[in-house]
Amino acid sequence: MIFDFANYDQLIPLVTNSLIAAALLGLVGGLIGIFVMTRDMSFAVHGVSELSFAGASIALLLGADVVAGSIAGSLVAALIIGVLGSRAKDRNSIIAVLMPFGLGLGILALSLYPGRASNKFGLLTGQIVSVNGTSLEWLAGIAILVILSLVIIWRPLSFASLDPEVAAARGVKTGALSVIFLVLLGLAVAASVQVVGALLVLSLLVTPAAAALRVTSSPKLAPVLSVAFALTSSVGGILLALGGGLPISPYITSISFAIYLVCRLVAYARKVRK
Amino acid sequence: MSVKNASLSFGEKALWQNLDLEIAPGEFIAVLGTNGSGKTTLLKAILGQQKLDSGKISIAGKPIKHGSRNIGYIPQHRSVDSSTPLLARDLLTLGLTGHRYGISFSARKDRARVEHILGCINGFDLARKPIGELSGGELQRFRVGQAVIDEPDLILADEPLSALDPAQQKIIADLLDQERKEHSAAVLFVTHDVNPILSMVDRVLYLANGQYRIGTPDEVMRSEVLSELYETEIDVVRNQGRIVVVGSHSHEHHPEEDWK
Repeated sequence: MIFDFANYDQLIPLVTNSLIAAALLGLVGGLIGIFVMTRDMSFAVHGVSELSFAGASIALLLGADVVAGSIAGSLVAALIIGVLGSRAKDRNSIIAVLMPFGLGLGILALSLYPGRASNKFGLLTGQIVSVNGTSLEWLAGIAILVILSLVIIWRPLSFASLDPEVAAARGVKTGALSVIFLVLLGLAVAASVQVVGALLVLSLLVTPAAAALRVTSSPKLAPVLSVAFALTSSVGGILLALGGGLPISPYITSISFAIYLVCRLVAYARKVRK
Repeated sequence: MSVKNASLSFGEKALWQNLDLEIAPGEFIAVLGTNGSGKTTLLKAILGQQKLDSGKISIAGKPIKHGSRNIGYIPQHRSVDSSTPLLARDLLTLGLTGHRYGISFSARKDRARVEHILGCINGFDLARKPIGELSGGELQRFRVGQAVIDEPDLILADEPLSALDPAQQKIIADLLDQERKEHSAAVLFVTHDVNPILSMVDRVLYLANGQYRIGTPDEVMRSEVLSELYETEIDVVRNQGRIVVVGSHSHEHHPEEDWK
């Protein structure tokens, strides 16, 4: 049976932490996704998430904190991309080089890890186990930091993403902003890896924003819709997973993909009507 | 704005040497020259993004480090990705508030200013259109608006008319002319074709072969002046108010190819 909601009211309290984590991730993913799209960095998200996976796996092997390892991996990737890949073409090749290296490193660390096998692949494809108190504190800290920073740099970052040369001429520190953005992206990726897994991070950090930008070009409505889509996917995914007995990730990715499809259809319908 | 004794070279090749240039408020200067003669690099040097080998550049007595709010900038036309979440009027808003961090506290005043510029560039009908859907000419109209909205003392334009048809070129050039007169902003206009802006140009700065000539169009755009500059035979032909520069073989081998 795919769905069984018989004991639903008793299950909810057990996943409160996971729900809070998912909501925070939805907020972060929806907001930062707008800039991932406008700065054309979907591929970077994927690359950073593989190194984040490597960091988390190595931390698991060494008995260190997995979230801290995941953040360390993300930040290393973000800084490498930030320093070496200021031009789009360089950036893509650097990411393509980093990505398999990170994945391989992570798999190596996991194979050497003597612990239970079911936990291992959680880092790649998402955790079934509920988020515990400590990792929720980490996630909340990261989420608040990323959201506040994004609100502060929103306007100059929009300007720099649209027309870097014009923004720089007007005194916007475009170089510093792109490094700051990559660090924030690294943090957001590290947080998402904890819940959806490294391979599926794109479903929270890219798909909701991509869907929103299909249906609106308003700078106010786009982040609102993107956050709403990301929240629906992340929180909705967990609620459905409770009744399903399958991992959280397939629910999150399916909802997020379905929203994207609907948005494409809406955009198409509008175009035809014109 | 003043440029004093500025020199810049790439390796052995001098882009320009001992360049002296004083621009008065409200003055319109066209920067001409072949590709690789250092036109765009001059703009970068003014913005403080390109270090000079020697010399100084300052605006109102002060050097510029990393751009300035005293400067408006109009880039070359490039189409904007259709998924960019900005409306045409947001281009203007960014010109006014794009450098500000955090949340806006002067939204009403800024909106009034945006409305004013929308009127100037005849952009009310387009204001709510996504910028990814604007035509080249429409986009450049808003870029002129963006450059003047914060009332800069100096407007730098880097080939803003390229890729536009002649009718659109005229609209953009006239708009820029009118706006700089209204705000008495100086304009430094990089272009490879002086004709669309000939009627509004006060002086021409012609860069070639690591040297330069500056003066009114009539003083600089002459066969003997450009021949001397290029060190080869150049014909400057005037035809129905247009200036056509006809080179011999010199254009086939210009500095750009030596260091690219």
